[in-house]
Amino acid sequence: MSMLAAVADMDRLTSGEALVAQNVAFAVMAITMIASALRMVTTRNVVHAALYLVIVLSGVAGIFILLGAEFVGVTQVMVYIGAIVVLFLFGIMLTKGSFGEDDGVSGERRLMAGLVGLLVFGVMTAALVDSFADAELAREAPSTTAEIADSIFSAYIVPFEAVSVLLLAALIGAIVVARRD
Amino acid sequence: MNTLFTLAAAATGDGLALGITEGGSWLLRNVWLIPLLPALSFIGILFFGKKMPRGGSELGIAAVGIAFVLALLTGVAWIDHRDNFHGDEVHVAVIQMDDHGAAHGDDHGAGHEPGHPSLAVHRTATWFQTNGVEFTVGTLVDGLAVMMLLVVTLVSLLVHVYSTDYVHGDRRYTHFFAFLSLFSASMLLLVVSENTLQLLCAWELVGVCSFALIGHWWEEKPNSDAALKAFLTNRVGDMGLLVGVTVLFFAAGSALPDRFGSFSIAETNALANSGALSHTTLVVAASCLMAAVMSKSGQFFLHTWLPDAMAGPTPVSALIHAATMVVAGVFMIARMYGVFFEGFQIGGSSINLMAFIGGLTTIVGALLAFVQRDIKKVLAYSTISQLGYMVLALGVGAWTAAVFHLFTHAFFKACLFLGSGSVSHAVHSFDMKSDMGGLRRHMPHTYRTFMIGTVALAGLPPLAGFWSKDEILVGTGGWGLMGGTGGNGAYTLMLGMGMLTAALTAAYMTRCVYLTFFGEFRGHGEPHESGPRITGPLWILAGLAIVAGFFNMPKGFQLAPGSLQERFGHFVEPVAGYFPAISHATPSWSLAIVSTLVVISGITASGWYYFVKVEAASKAAGTSLTELPDGPTTKYPLARMGHTLLSNKYYLDHFYNGVVADGTKGPLARMANRINQDVIDRTVDVVGETAVKAGTVVYEKIDQLVVDGAVNASGRGSSGAGEELRKINSGKVQSYAAILFAAATVLAGILIVLV
Amino acid sequence: MLLNQFLILSAVLFSIGVYGVLARRNGVLVLMSIELILNAVNINLVAFGAFRASVGGEVFALFIIAVAAAEVGVGLAMVLLLYRNRRSIDLTLIDQLRG
Repeated sequence: MSMLAAVADMDRLTSGEALVAQNVAFAVMAITMIASALRMVTTRNVVHAALYLVIVLSGVAGIFILLGAEFVGVTQVMVYIGAIVVLFLFGIMLTKGSFGEDDGVSGERRLMAGLVGLLVFGVMTAALVDSFADAELAREAPSTTAEIADSIFSAYIVPFEAVSVLLLAALIGAIVVARRD
Repeated sequence: MNTLFTLAAAATGDGLALGITEGGSWLLRNVWLIPLLPALSFIGILFFGKKMPRGGSELGIAAVGIAFVLALLTGVAWIDHRDNFHGDEVHVAVIQMDDHGAAHGDDHGAGHEPGHPSLAVHRTATWFQTNGVEFTVGTLVDGLAVMMLLVVTLVSLLVHVYSTDYVHGDRRYTHFFAFLSLFSASMLLLVVSENTLQLLCAWELVGVCSFALIGHWWEEKPNSDAALKAFLTNRVGDMGLLVGVTVLFFAAGSALPDRFGSFSIAETNALANSGALSHTTLVVAASCLMAAVMSKSGQFFLHTWLPDAMAGPTPVSALIHAATMVVAGVFMIARMYGVFFEGFQIGGSSINLMAFIGGLTTIVGALLAFVQRDIKKVLAYSTISQLGYMVLALGVGAWTAAVFHLFTHAFFKACLFLGSGSVSHAVHSFDMKSDMGGLRRHMPHTYRTFMIGTVALAGLPPLAGFWSKDEILVGTGGWGLMGGTGGNGAYTLMLGMGMLTAALTAAYMTRCVYLTFFGEFRGHGEPHESGPRITGPLWILAGLAIVAGFFNMPKGFQLAPGSLQERFGHFVEPVAGYFPAISHATPSWSLAIVSTLVVISGITASGWYYFVKVEAASKAAGTSLTELPDGPTTKYPLARMGHTLLSNKYYLDHFYNGVVADGTKGPLARMANRINQDVIDRTVDVVGETAVKAGTVVYEKIDQLVVDGAVNASGRGSSGAGEELRKINSGKVQSYAAILFAAATVLAGILIVLV
Repeated sequence: MLLNQFLILSAVLFSIGVYGVLARRNGVLVLMSIELILNAVNINLVAFGAFRASVGGEVFALFIIAVAAAEVGVGLAMVLLLYRNRRSIDLTLIDQLRG
């Protein structure tokens, strides 16, 4: 009976507790996200919808951190909540007619959209349950930013360049589309 | 890793010899400085040009001027290197070489003149690497690259100087010079490219510059349309380039051990020459690359953008659409000649895709040049025709002749374009028929230089065009009967096409010169000679149009000392390694004399029509005419019939209407008409009657009963189905999206159930 | 943790996003729903990355964040143009494709 064994024991114990904590955290976040997402697509107030979107996006960032992807989580907060949502709010303000109330949707359209949504969900869930019945995540140390940087600038350099060109093209495209002339 | 590997192979001397070296003098190893200078000047003009006293043009001229001096020094260094360099040749290990390939390689070394190996100077640096595959950027300097560097920097320098006067006071003066610089940089990068990926990037860059410069005056709709047309037509060919380069990348990778692929031009060519790549691969790659050549170098049927591109400022036409960018396609064939030579099996054949397209283009372009009113369009079609000449020459294996024609053509065509710019500067129009005529008295310098350019283009000895054109005709190897020998096959058809074009070229240039400089002035105002910044470049180019031909006196030409014969070929044509074993034709006096007579007959026919008949008619009418009032189409039924026959056959209708309708007015049709009236007329009549009888039978029996019934039934069916489907087609985007999502999900579900 | 709990969360968010795209009339809301779909995909990518102990999933999630930024920029520009031309961003009023 050595120190090592005791440490190993402790480790398993704490990791088990952490696992419980993680599952609880996941449940809380998942429920919040789903509820917010539902409110987002149903609320009549467009600004409220944007705020519900913020909650969903924060939840996604939390999920990323839970999965050990800290860098992606932080990027999610900065890019989505910091930039994209602000962009949406600008969009709402610039299109004054849409500020405030959205007239909602007719029953027929809602039914059609709901059916398609359910169909998509059903097929995906069936496929997932079928394929990954109880696959466990490989538990490892969270990936470091250095690792991500290394692989972006070696293995994924070409997609990286492609994305940079895409951003440039989108920038120019947005200016061309939106300018007054 | 790439470099290390090849160096290791070089040390042992095993494997496939590439014909390149990593050594060489400082100038040849640092040739990247030449494209860098105009690139820097582009940035400088873009950011600081408007603050400069001369709007940035001085920076552009300085950069291109220094680049020209560097190119000259590089040329001198190359001449020394070509004969005196003794260094290690780079070898590369290949997976396997069958006996045929090995034997081929050996032949190859022996086939060229013995002595110094003439290794191209190769230098690379890592551009980027991804997943262990390294992509390089670098320079491959050989005679071809050095020659192109000289031509591009010289013409670019002259065009820069010319433009300071021509676009003087333009509202986008600075912008114009910025793009001239960027274009020069891209073109120079293209000619020194070491690998196809780099070549592709430079190729696209020159396309972008061409787009920007054609549309320089984009406020007018035709100009921006022309720019778009040029850009989009070139996209078609660029797809071919992309596919061809990719195919070669993987093909080379499969033949090189431990390598994923290779963009290297030297390696690809050497592999193609050695037989290590399958013939199928090479045919596919060469055909794809040929599509790129057809769009960039204005080959029939992707040539239509080039005449429209004349909407750009004239200096741009001279630089881009005559001397440099449009020859990028020709350059690319010359660069990748191993692939093309093996892919199209040029040696020992009598026809192939490249030679045929070139031959067709050269005739189509020359015919179209007859019917233009716009002086620049005459020159544009002439450029298409001459580019066809170069492609034809490459297609028959006359590599040196093609490259030499590229060299001489750059000078006399740039001279003609700049001359036409000078004319239009004076009369504020490009229309020869309504606004020109009689300008020889008003613009003596422009007139003389234009005449020199015309004679050079027509190919009369001893001006530049004669020598290069004659070499191409010799290179077809079709002149077997009267003392001409050698060549890569018996391309007699191509010889005929080349001869015909020689006559046509002489004729349409005579027409162009008459309409512009002879007769009486038909425009308004008093035209005046242009300033020294325009006439200076004209005279320099005219001088080169006179002497450029002497750089490559034919071998065995008795009037020149032996040391002056084939100098150009000696220094420009690569030896061994990445260049295929082509055989050279022996020039013959008889061919030179016949081709000169053909040119003279073209000039005489056209000259007789314009200088004698039209001149006489003008005197009678008391005004300056441009055509005879009663042309052949009004007089002869055959001319009309030929028109109807041809115009229904081609899909580029308006072009061919133009060629035939107006072309038959020309003197050639008149002559041909007299000769052929009896023979062709009768044949056509018989064929026509038979066809009408057969057609009647087919119409009554088959068309009315079977085909019509089927068409009507299918029409009713689809109309009914359309009525039903129309209900789904509500026009609401979200309904479409819903259908899309639902359908995709159902399909995914089916996939899941099945798999 | 199970892989599936993340994947099914992602499926739920994706379906809600599809519902939003199909049901809402406001152009800005449709764009927001598209963001929801993209985020669901991102969760998938990161989850599979953790499952395979590979960093590739995270890298592509980052790429998708960049692409989403571009998409919002262009999308909002289009909505603005729509608003300028029609004084409305109601997508049900755009039916010029009607057959």
